[in-house]
Amino acid sequence: MSSETAQDAQSEQLLYARVLEIGMFIGLVILFITFGVYVSGIMAPAVPLDQVSSYWHLGVSEYLEVVNQNHLHLEHPPTGWAWLTMLGKGDFLNFIGIAILGGVTIICYLAIIPTLLRKKDSAYVAMALLEVIVLTLAASGILAVGH
Amino acid sequence: MRAGPLLGVKLGAPLLMLWILLAPLAAVAVNEVPAANEVLTSAAAQAVDWWVWPLVLLVVTFVMGIVAVLGGVGGGVLFVPIISGFFPFHLDFVRGCGLLVALSGALAAGPGLLKANLASLRLAIPSALIASSCAIVGAMVGLALPTHIIQTALGATILGIVVLMLLARKSEMPEVPRADNLSSALRICGVYTEESTGEQINWKIHRTPIGMTLFIAVGVMAGMFGLGAGWANVPVLNLLMGAPLKISVATSKFLLSITDTSAAWIYLNQGCVIPMMVVPSLVGIMLGSFIGVRILRVAKPAFVRWIVIVLLLFAGAKALTKGLGLPFIV
Repeated sequence: MSSETAQDAQSEQLLYARVLEIGMFIGLVILFITFGVYVSGIMAPAVPLDQVSSYWHLGVSEYLEVVNQNHLHLEHPPTGWAWLTMLGKGDFLNFIGIAILGGVTIICYLAIIPTLLRKKDSAYVAMALLEVIVLTLAASGILAVGH
Repeated sequence: MRAGPLLGVKLGAPLLMLWILLAPLAAVAVNEVPAANEVLTSAAAQAVDWWVWPLVLLVVTFVMGIVAVLGGVGGGVLFVPIISGFFPFHLDFVRGCGLLVALSGALAAGPGLLKANLASLRLAIPSALIASSCAIVGAMVGLALPTHIIQTALGATILGIVVLMLLARKSEMPEVPRADNLSSALRICGVYTEESTGEQINWKIHRTPIGMTLFIAVGVMAGMFGLGAGWANVPVLNLLMGAPLKISVATSKFLLSITDTSAAWIYLNQGCVIPMMVVPSLVGIMLGSFIGVRILRVAKPAFVRWIVIVLLLFAGAKALTKGLGLPFIV
């Protein structure tokens, strides 16, 4: 790909790429660091490392019930953003990196909306806003399901 | 420039990194991995040291990453059927993990593809809006249905993908006589330089409404099975809508970063993410893809494509029989 052609990429596309690159890099680095903290035992996990494999054959509903009963002792099994309240545990610490990787696309869309507005590209402004709403709704935890 | 030594040097760094990661664990693992006939049971999973399964996942996904690149498929489409069929993890966690693996790969590839003008943001935004909305629905339905139904449907889908891989012919430069009204209104078109010829290629698309409608099904399936959806995106973009193959492949990869994000959040919020599964799988696939891309420069991938087809056939049959409660050879 020649540099001239690469420059043809529209400004919002390049902006999206830059934001995505930074967010993806931060997310992956944090994920690897927190996983290192988790498996090295620097921060004790909620579920001991040698017991994780006792649970992962269970369906998610049963898994959450059993893990909560045996280790967490919360009023309700931890779903949604409940992991934020347990960041002191090595296993839940990993969710920071995962959440960044899941959230970077929303940031990318928010970043390009002003550029699209300046270009009066109303169709793409509307689609970008709708995408932000869709992804935020998915991330919010409002859409709960169960077996 | 001599390709051989250069390739050796480029391959050397990640291989050394992998060796450093694996060597101490592998030395001990020789005595810890359960007997072959026990490997697949949950009881055996609990009988071994905690680090054995992440290590096995790392090695398997590393190989999967290489094979996926050489076979021209995404890691997710191999990951979900193989890991759910032959490993002791529940399908709920495999799907959550598969989505995060596919998502991370797409996020990592996205910036380069966008900067190189191979992935088209204007083509991706409307497709992604439909696919990501429907992926939420797919994920919710997939998590609400009983596991054996999802497992059966997964098997049928994987076998369908095999048929698609066998029958679908890709078109490097599909003929698009006239852009349709919708794509013209949305200005979905672009220019890229074909590296092999130096030629500037102007591209446009047609049949946009039908293509966008198909992204409903693509999104639902991505969310329901946690597969990623490159296997469906590329035929829709390339064969139906007429985008050049390179644009289709790159835009599809980028598209996954949006589609899988919405589905991944549903799985994450539902509790279907176990870091001990996700991180080794993610590292394995990424390192494998890194090596695979380098091998691709010198390898003839036709043979590997057949390996992928056989693997998917095997994994699809396994998922189908597991879902239906029928016996299988493994």
